[in-house]
Amino acid sequence: MKKDLISITDYSKEEYLKIMRLAAEFEENPDQDLLGGQVVATLFFEPSTRTRLSFETAINRLGGKIIGIADPGSSSAAKGESLHDSIRMVSQYANLIVMRHPLDGAARYAAEVSPVPVINAGDGSNQHPTQTLLDMYSILKTQGTLDNLNIFMVGDLKYGRTVHSLLMAMSAFKNPIFNFISPAELQMPNEYKIYLREKNIRYFEHREFSDIISEADIIYMTRVQKERFSDPIEYEQVKNAYVLRNAMLEKTKPNLRILHPLPRVNEIHTDVDTNEKAYYFNQALNGVYTREAIIAHTMNLK
Amino acid sequence: MSDISKRKLKLKVSAIKEGTVIDHIPAPFLFKVIAILGLDKIKNQITFGTNLESVKLGSKAIIKVSDKFFRNDEINKIALIAPHANLNIIKNYEVVEKKIVEIPNEIKGIVKCINPQCITNHEKVTTCFKVVATNPISLKCKYCEKLTIGEQIRIQ
Ligand SMILES: [Zn+2]
Repeated sequence: MKKDLISITDYSKEEYLKIMRLAAEFEENPDQDLLGGQVVATLFFEPSTRTRLSFETAINRLGGKIIGIADPGSSSAAKGESLHDSIRMVSQYANLIVMRHPLDGAARYAAEVSPVPVINAGDGSNQHPTQTLLDMYSILKTQGTLDNLNIFMVGDLKYGRTVHSLLMAMSAFKNPIFNFISPAELQMPNEYKIYLREKNIRYFEHREFSDIISEADIIYMTRVQKERFSDPIEYEQVKNAYVLRNAMLEKTKPNLRILHPLPRVNEIHTDVDTNEKAYYFNQALNGVYTREAIIAHTMNLK
Repeated sequence: MSDISKRKLKLKVSAIKEGTVIDHIPAPFLFKVIAILGLDKIKNQITFGTNLESVKLGSKAIIKVSDKFFRNDEINKIALIAPHANLNIIKNYEVVEKKIVEIPNEIKGIVKCINPQCITNHEKVTTCFKVVATNPISLKCKYCEKLTIGEQIRIQ
């Protein structure tokens, strides 16, 4: 059976750990000709330069060849071809499909249609599992463990798919504690709180971004997007209430690291960038190793 | 069923010799039940009554289908909109078996995903939901992973 990666929960805890181990291997030795010229289609039905470059770097380092849509505006999808037909066509050319699509659930559907494995590089507001795995790798690298961590999530916890996936993935490990800091209108949805309660995992909700962060091992910042608010005044207030500044980090734990899926707007002040606890730029580089690991696992190369 | 209610049933809708009586359908969903079971496409004799008094439902509907015996997976499709429905299997004017509908673990087709950004609302994809809770009924879309709950459930 082909090993698609559509949703973070498609992987078992063992698979998470395998990806972590492989990512460390690729970090040591990134250039390994494992794909041996196999063709990978990178289908980006919506632009995401950051994710596409990360994947294409990973594929190149694994010795793969890339075909893809360079400009989604000129693609057959823009001319009205169904996703079904696009996937049927491309899956005849490629050994693996990496896909990003603006609609929720598009990746699961593509995986059903395609005889070759599909890796989801983001489907609408639904899932972005390779981001989650690189977040986990960043956490493991900076903390030395995925167990017993106090993880703070800040900003848009309602629509932020990265925090939802990370929450589910980290729940597989021992004794996590979650702290959610967000405005009421962007709080963590009930279904995730129920998920944590069912697993007996502790979580706390806060409205204020204050010195409670002194307990944090990880602070995961997210963008608060203007379009989530019906009232623009409310947005302006919220936007400035959930900004991380360097001064706030004074009494935090020495092992604390700050993550952010990038790109940021203003939620992390630039004065944080030089703090050794700022990890978001390294986090992005970890993405290449993690994606190499995911591709190697998906293609049964490791 | 008590003798009294049996008599009542006969009063409201005429008896059938062989077939199935589906009782305790919420009256507003009668025609949806008919559509889901495909009763509008078969040649069997069908009688139905609606807006009948019901202690449990306020007003209920009842369907009698001659010479038709449903498989469990067929009939369970109506559990979404008629969770209290029950079936009387009739042979030679007698009730020989009673069944209640059960909410299946998975719902294929029938329901529309609530999420307008879901691929199933943009392309010809048969919807598929996992039933994650029954009170209220909560359906998790296999594709977009969003929940469609209780009142939000729309039959395709
Ligand atoms: Zn859906």
